[in-house]
Amino acid sequence: MTTITANPSYRLDLTSSPHLHSRWSTKQAMWLVIAALIPSVVSALIYFGISQILIIFVCIFFAMGTEALIKFIRKREISILDGSAAITGLLLALILPPGFSPVFAAVGSVVAIGVGKEVFGGLGYNIFNPALVGRAFLQAAFPVQMTTWKINNYNIDSVTTATPLSMLKFDGKSTAFGNLFMGNINGSLGETSALAILIGGIALVIVGVVNYRVPLAMILGLMLFGGVFWLVDPVKFSSPVFHLFAGGFLFGAFFMATDWVTSPITAKGMWIYGLMISLIIIMVRLFGGLPEGVMYAILLMNAFVPLINRYTRPRIFGVKK
Amino acid sequence: MSSKLSLYKEFTKGIWEQNTTFKQILGMCPVLAVTVSAINGLAMALATTFVLVFSSIIVAIVKKLIPDQVRIAAYILIIATFVTIVDMVMKASYPDLSKSLGPYIPLIVVNCVILGRQEAFASKNTVFRSFLDAVGMGAGVLLSLILLGAVRELFGSGTIFGIQLLPDFYEPMLVMILPAGAFITLGLMMGLFNQIALSNKEKQRKKTIEKYLSTKNSINDPVGV
Repeated sequence: MTTITANPSYRLDLTSSPHLHSRWSTKQAMWLVIAALIPSVVSALIYFGISQILIIFVCIFFAMGTEALIKFIRKREISILDGSAAITGLLLALILPPGFSPVFAAVGSVVAIGVGKEVFGGLGYNIFNPALVGRAFLQAAFPVQMTTWKINNYNIDSVTTATPLSMLKFDGKSTAFGNLFMGNINGSLGETSALAILIGGIALVIVGVVNYRVPLAMILGLMLFGGVFWLVDPVKFSSPVFHLFAGGFLFGAFFMATDWVTSPITAKGMWIYGLMISLIIIMVRLFGGLPEGVMYAILLMNAFVPLINRYTRPRIFGVKK
Repeated sequence: MSSKLSLYKEFTKGIWEQNTTFKQILGMCPVLAVTVSAINGLAMALATTFVLVFSSIIVAIVKKLIPDQVRIAAYILIIATFVTIVDMVMKASYPDLSKSLGPYIPLIVVNCVILGRQEAFASKNTVFRSFLDAVGMGAGVLLSLILLGAVRELFGSGTIFGIQLLPDFYEPMLVMILPAGAFITLGLMMGLFNQIALSNKEKQRKKTIEKYLSTKNSINDPVGV
């Protein structure tokens, strides 16, 4: 921005194109995302008990604390009130298993903000979704605790059962569709209730904080790739609708893959990104060793985002190909 | 173009300024793979140092005899001789350690730290300088491997050199002894050391400016203000 101040009483601000502005400032958008996560928080508290609020608070507190500490050490403006660290903490809490130790949750939050975000230079510079970095770290650091699923309050049967996806993978059992939709199943805190995620996610799309392309591409991709395998062998492979509501797919589609910083900026790029995430998820779920692949799929595609952006760069008006 | 550094500098440059792990970023494969514990790091570094020192001496002695076209092959042959000695001694005396280091001892043959020092230093310098250089570089490898191994062992198993340091309720983080832990630890350490180097440089710069300003003032500059 160049400011010409020939006459002090007049000011002419010159900026280069494009002269676009967003409907929401970063700060407003961040708080809107937090608001959109409230239904998921409520569903987590209903299904897994009010005590789970501890994990959520611990994650948010340590995420914001780590951010403030690192900004302080680096002598930068302490910008924790923009809500981005709070979102990372909240998202991390919602993808942890219920009854997870708060101490480990704190370690995950510190890693999420420290290694996932601030190492790269803070908000806007990180390559990978910080919350998923935190979860991936915890998954590798404490594999036993990360795959121990505690009791779901409303589903006595689930005391000894696993998540729908691991039941399907290791025991060949399917889960009732109604339970999948409402969230009356086992799984990470915020990912079980498809209803709560859809309320928050669709609200975010409508107010324009999240671009509709990434979730839509992911859902269509899952239907397409899952559907192909289902049509080939409906006995061996479960239906794409099951895959849509099971595990962390919807939560990932609306809240993780749509992260502004780590998703492509071009329309075509968003479609490629979403479809590729779904392809990886289907591959992991149907043929991989793990029951669930949303986290690794999104992290893997995060790494490809700069490449996608480069190859889907729109043609400048008037320039030949 | 032989080196003109002082002999002391020749020795110390490998420890900090040209540390192979954190500054030159050479020979990373064993660094990442074997540093699951401090003892492994120590053994690996000692083996590397032994090979480095003796092959540097030999290369410096025979440098005039090696034709330029086949020098790499000749270096590899010399290095392989010492690697074989290390490998056999280790297998005979410390079978457990040898087993846990696995193929990384034979792989010292192609470790680019060693080949790099032969190509860049020993083949152009005197025997004594080559010896100092190799010992310095080896000390750098030793320090960085022990440091990396100790940090990973501390967080990954709660011990250092097998001695329990962290209390019992500490839950070992499995990730630290997995490859991912090596990358995270190495990256953070490299960042830390670069930060230290940067702030040292900054201090040096400020000192130089201050010195310059003070001499300028004392000269009573006729042109000055």
